[in-house]
Amino acid sequence: MKLDYLDQLESEAIHIMREVAGQFERPALLFSGGKDSITLVHLALKAFRPGKFPFPLVHIDTGHNFQEALDYRDNLADRIGEKLIVRYVEDTIREKKLKEPTGRNATRNGLQTFTLLDTIEEFEFDACIGGARRDEEKARAKERVFSVRDEFGSWDPKRQRPELWNLYNGRIHKGENVRVFPISNWTELDVWNYIRREKIELPSIYFAHERELLIRDGKLMATAGGVIKPEADDQLVTRRVRFRTVGDISCTAASESQASTLDDVIDEIQATRISERGETRMDDQLSEAAMEDRKKGGYF
Amino acid sequence: MDLLRFITAGSVDDGKSTLIGRLLYDSKSILADQLEAIERASKSRDDGEIDLALLTDGLRSEREQGITIDVAYRYFQTPKRKFIIVDAPGHIQYTRNMVTGASNCQLAIVLVDARHGVVEQTRRHSLIASLLGIPHIVVAINKMDLVGYSQDVFSDICIHYAELAKKLNVKHVSYIPLSALNGDNVVDRSSSMGWYEGPTLLEHLETVDIEDTDLDQQAPLPGRFPVQYVIRPQTAELHDYRGYAGKITSGSFRKGDSVTVLPSGETSTIDAIEIAETHLDEAVSPMSVVLHLATDVDISRGDLIVRSDSQPTSSQSLEAMLCWMDTKECKVGNKYVLQVGTSRTRCSVREIVYQLNVNTYEEIDGIENLKLNDLAKIVLRTAQPVSFDSYQENRATGGAILIDETSNVTVGAVMLVGEA
Repeated sequence: MKLDYLDQLESEAIHIMREVAGQFERPALLFSGGKDSITLVHLALKAFRPGKFPFPLVHIDTGHNFQEALDYRDNLADRIGEKLIVRYVEDTIREKKLKEPTGRNATRNGLQTFTLLDTIEEFEFDACIGGARRDEEKARAKERVFSVRDEFGSWDPKRQRPELWNLYNGRIHKGENVRVFPISNWTELDVWNYIRREKIELPSIYFAHERELLIRDGKLMATAGGVIKPEADDQLVTRRVRFRTVGDISCTAASESQASTLDDVIDEIQATRISERGETRMDDQLSEAAMEDRKKGGYF
Repeated sequence: MDLLRFITAGSVDDGKSTLIGRLLYDSKSILADQLEAIERASKSRDDGEIDLALLTDGLRSEREQGITIDVAYRYFQTPKRKFIIVDAPGHIQYTRNMVTGASNCQLAIVLVDARHGVVEQTRRHSLIASLLGIPHIVVAINKMDLVGYSQDVFSDICIHYAELAKKLNVKHVSYIPLSALNGDNVVDRSSSMGWYEGPTLLEHLETVDIEDTDLDQQAPLPGRFPVQYVIRPQTAELHDYRGYAGKITSGSFRKGDSVTVLPSGETSTIDAIEIAETHLDEAVSPMSVVLHLATDVDISRGDLIVRSDSQPTSSQSLEAMLCWMDTKECKVGNKYVLQVGTSRTRCSVREIVYQLNVNTYEEIDGIENLKLNDLAKIVLRTAQPVSFDSYQENRATGGAILIDETSNVTVGAVMLVGEA
């Protein structure tokens, strides 16, 4: 019997999730309704059913999320009967009198970190499982599967623990937490192939649909819910698009696409010459070390 | 499609980053926006040529200092195979980082600069690859363009390396002459080395036989299953459900197999094997499954379920090879936590039998403490009996880590040899 690479990746991810269950007292699974965290939930079903998940699903809602993803989030939590905790960036802004970024490409994405760290403190989470992949970004490529963060949530690339064989060391001091990435070794294409193989349902915005958008700095940005206010020189258009990632509306661009099925999407990704984050994530392009700097600040 | 994990070893000067860049570039695994980013960065440097090495420097301080700090993982695939490249820095803290990177690999590329031949670094990298039980070594003789693509230079280095390999426990060694800078024999065949008839590096990576990843075993490896977590729904309809969740780290298990639970030594038979509530008759490594046993046995996380016909060693006195990974020294008498599989027990370092000189392979006696990056044979005394296999026979149950109880940091990589 020989295992296909998707079986190997799946088995590794399940093993990592069970290590979280075995080593931590109060873990959480960060769930946004995007394809990577949807894959995590599917893997958790494989890891723990017929038992309950040993952790709640936690969503840090920026208030600028796509309604399709929020509906999907609520339906999924309902359907599998697991606990969903939602905390709102909006509340953190109000309570802590945070200054919201303003201006042309303002995004609340960075403020998520404050809400995330407060949520970790509120529930005393000692481990947070996330759907980050090492192929996404060059700083991610350096991160361990078990990534120890200090009490400020800060990642220090120079103080990472060696990670040997399939042995994960989750011992921490009180106040610290570990970010755990079960699909570290998956690529974007692996995730899509797995979703197809496992017949996992996704929010509709991952597939081609007509939408009103504005063209800004060459990117197609959704106008959904008035999060992005058109300026005088912005061109409003209606295009057939899909989203390659589903993040905060203010920093997630759409791609023009006719791909309306999983097969179409996979064909499109195999043919593309632009990386996932390069195509869609405005926040990574602010500087050469944008992701690394955010992670040092406590971001996922 | 199958998956090959390989590590690249070599110092920055050997052209390791350039080789990885070339492999990704020529196999068309770099996307346009990533290429534009390194083109921009290259332009702001000196000669305007695209510096493929920039692809692999992910951190701000790495780019600032032009060095690689930590292991990075990169992914690419061809129609034949998927690859995970473990990119370990050559420079600082080399032994620790290479051990970290090598522990899961099936193949190591050892870079040799054609102008310098086998040097200390080559010996060190090869020793670590051998200690970590990597079955395949590719000696990539790089910078052939700087020695006039000379077949004699290549042959001399092969002969020299083969001598060295005799002292090591490496199953398969291949030699490939290449130029990472110009792309000779990396993905595309070189037109300058007509005398070389072997595969290009990528051809070799695509075709090397990785079925047999586990060392010198002729017979299949024994069934090993460290218990990670017990699934107990405790609902009305699943009142008696009690499943042991874990990963088969070696060998296989079949329904009806007689098994022994360690450390208690109790025996039972496998009643059912499940993956996500689907029942299987047989499961093999590295599948993550749930096992059910026919009788009620007290089992919890940290226990090891094995096939009764092939049991591991259980002992409180262990001989092991150790790579020390912390800046705080390891002294005889120090206490740590030893983690083997999912089990943890306290232990103390009883003896440093010898330290291994990583360059000359000499054994140095009379050592009292170990510093960062030192390799040594040691004896450990554990609080509880540890069930294990010799690392040379079974990486899964022979590899262990030492954890510092006060800092919680992983301080040592342990390869168990046997009972002391």
